[in-house]
Amino acid sequence: MSLGARQIEEAGIPTVVIGSARDIVEECGVPRFVFVDFPLGNPCGKPDEVAMQHSIVGLALDSLEKAFAPRTTVQAPVRWDDVDPDGWRERFMHVGDDNRQLLADAGAERKRLQEEIRQRDTSTEPDREG
Amino acid sequence: MTETKRTHRSHVSYIDKSREFYAAHGYEQPYHWAAHDDAPFTALPKPLFECKVGVVTTSYFLPDDFVYRVPSDLPRLPYVASRHDTARLDNQYLSWAKDETHTRDRESYLPLARLDEYVTQGRIGAVSDRFYGLPTQFSHRQTQRRDTPRVLEWMKEDEVDVALLVPL
Repeated sequence: MSLGARQIEEAGIPTVVIGSARDIVEECGVPRFVFVDFPLGNPCGKPDEVAMQHSIVGLALDSLEKAFAPRTTVQAPVRWDDVDPDGWRERFMHVGDDNRQLLADAGAERKRLQEEIRQRDTSTEPDREG
Repeated sequence: MTETKRTHRSHVSYIDKSREFYAAHGYEQPYHWAAHDDAPFTALPKPLFECKVGVVTTSYFLPDDFVYRVPSDLPRLPYVASRHDTARLDNQYLSWAKDETHTRDRESYLPLARLDEYVTQGRIGAVSDRFYGLPTQFSHRQTQRRDTPRVLEWMKEDEVDVALLVPL
């Protein structure tokens, strides 16, 4: 998506990204970015919280209007969880002793399935491009 | 909001987390994320209150008979759709924090009604009648050579002046 923003901007259409994966967007480098420090899934505000959504979209419009240089990041002044502000950060894509074997097994199963599908596809569709 | 004290940077590094997560699955070759020092910049062509906004999403539609087996099965194609045709957007196979939240409120990731409020207020000129699907791709080249050029064509057909891009 960030690569797309760069390309659309280069084509002459100003862009703004609203997103929650700060590192991915900022490493790619986009013209304007509204960072919403939430779990992935609701970058434009919590579900059904209309006022919050309105204000986050408003920040994106502000950024379109007022950013004076590329790579402008504005962080929305919102918090996902007041009681446990960091729990969601730790739980996402968690890797630890409690699930290491489970993840290894899931990976092995996925590779097996991919190989099975690849072999079936190459035997039925010889001209298919990789 | 109350103050919080921290000894470490709080923002999640998805680049680090996903590398470790997939390594734990046995995928040892890490993904190579796009990185640039610079970024392009285009000034607004006219006042924002005269601009038509086009919205780009990573959400997509699944065929009725779709059966998921592995990620490469997913229909990662760019698309354009009517803004009145969002009910069948399906996020179940996208990567997001499914244990923490949900995407049943479309406005939390595709804020067409929120943008309409700004049209009513006179802050922006209009919202495009169509929105644009730019799928998350493993391949940078697919995004750059195939998908974004298609999205740009559709935006030009719709006379979009500014773009709001929202990755889930």
